[in-house]
Amino acid sequence: MATFIRDPKTLGTHRQVDAQADPMPFYLAAGEQKQKNKGGGGDDGDGEKGEGGQKLAEKGDELKEEMDELLDEIDNVLEENAEEFVKNYVQRGGE
Amino acid sequence: MQKRIYGIETEYGIIFTPEGRKTLPVEKAIRFLFEKLITTEHFLNVFLENGARFYQDTGCHPEYATPECAAPGQLVIYDKAGERILEDLQIYAEEKIREERIPGKLSIFKNNTDFVGNSYGCHENYLVDRDVDFYYLAEQLIPFLVTRQIYTGAGKVFQTQDGIHYCVSQRAQHIYQKISGTTTNDRSIINTRDEPHADREKYRRLHVIVGDSNMSEYTNFIKVGTCSVVLQMIEDNYINKDFTLRNPVKAIKDITYDASCKRKIRLDNGREYSPIEIQREYCEMAQKYIEQYPVTDDHKKAVIMWQYVLDCLDTDPNKLDRQIDWIIKRKLIQSWVDRHKTDWSDPRVLMLDLQYHDIRRERSLYYLLERKGAVERLFTDEEVDAAKSTPPQDTRARMRGEFIKLARENSIQYDLDWSNIRLGNLLNVRVICNNPFETDTEKVAELVRTIQKTNLRKTSLSKLVIQS
Repeated sequence: MATFIRDPKTLGTHRQVDAQADPMPFYLAAGEQKQKNKGGGGDDGDGEKGEGGQKLAEKGDELKEEMDELLDEIDNVLEENAEEFVKNYVQRGGE
Repeated sequence: MQKRIYGIETEYGIIFTPEGRKTLPVEKAIRFLFEKLITTEHFLNVFLENGARFYQDTGCHPEYATPECAAPGQLVIYDKAGERILEDLQIYAEEKIREERIPGKLSIFKNNTDFVGNSYGCHENYLVDRDVDFYYLAEQLIPFLVTRQIYTGAGKVFQTQDGIHYCVSQRAQHIYQKISGTTTNDRSIINTRDEPHADREKYRRLHVIVGDSNMSEYTNFIKVGTCSVVLQMIEDNYINKDFTLRNPVKAIKDITYDASCKRKIRLDNGREYSPIEIQREYCEMAQKYIEQYPVTDDHKKAVIMWQYVLDCLDTDPNKLDRQIDWIIKRKLIQSWVDRHKTDWSDPRVLMLDLQYHDIRRERSLYYLLERKGAVERLFTDEEVDAAKSTPPQDTRARMRGEFIKLARENSIQYDLDWSNIRLGNLLNVRVICNNPFETDTEKVAELVRTIQKTNLRKTSLSKLVIQS
């Protein structure tokens, strides 16, 4: 799943989520996404109403859930004594 | 040079956090990291089976230097392999420390700063032709290196008197010179250290010490790939524009403070360009260059990624929240801050910043994102795991790696550096390999056979003992 950290608010202004599923080399994927962005620019505004809008909203909910899940996991692993840890994290200068 | 040797040295941050009253100073904690390694070499300085070097560096930092690599992609894999090797050593060390009845946590971070102003480096090494004038090369490269942080930076939450500021780069604030000979004070963009570990008549070493350590494979690849293309263009006298900056050291700091990447900086000729614009100029030249000159596939990939990244930075940098370290981390922190209805001055924000760089995957925020598929990878776990114990097959590291395996199997005493192998009981048999492109492992095998035939008393490789 490729979309965990994407903010629902900005969905659609980014590259198409589905582009991630394409089995192509990473360097081509980058170029491809760019093209889709350019080509898909008009869709973003239209997405507000009609069927597309609803789909977008559903997708948005899904993303929000994924985001919440991710943030839960961050809280699970985040150092408990964060403030203390950071205060003690003093390194000697290296090279 | 089309064929080039690449290397990265990474210094890691390290801290022991006791869970009881007993603690362990870092000078002692770091020694436990070496306990799992078996060698006859000097303690705290060991070459590994993949040809890399692992040692304790200035300021008690564990440092991993990749083996000699022949391509940017390969280099990124071996740099990642270093993280994994260190993770293994850290898990083992933590257990050992516990056995000493000092409960606690040993943490290792792949970043470049603490929060009180100390820095430790990530040094890139590029083998360059001795014929090219070094200062010309450096001057040509500096505007590129100063501005590239917009897509190579690892990001840093920086506390100032005016409050919290998110900087693009970890390292930029610790740079005080353009070019210098020292690495610990008066740090520079390019260091003049000229240890090619190769034929000095033919090669010299370009030691770039301005870069950030990267967690993202994508960021790391584009960092080395683009630099390598620019280097090749300079060597071929292809760069026909002058981007000499009026004050590169000031510029590097101005750029790191400007997350928009659009604030103009002044060139020596009085003109003003944004870092994106300067990078675009280099990138456009590179696009033409790769059409006209023979370059490797990695270079072509790097140039395609380069253009994509610059386009995104120009229109919406958040599009790079899966690719570029400083943007991935910023997004992560912002989402967390929103969720907790707090702000960036929350002390836990500094911990989020730090923990992004934890090399222990179960604790690391970068690796949490990676498990969720929220960052873009270029390589597989299999490739990285293989690189932990197998040296690159197309450089001298192959001979070193094979030798280490054979020497261990045959209990032969040895000592190593980058271009020398010394072996035998008195370490009186010496193999010199001044050509970093040499891969003749048969030579090494023959040597080991000779040693066996001469019936030298076998020495047993003793496990290193920690003195506490």
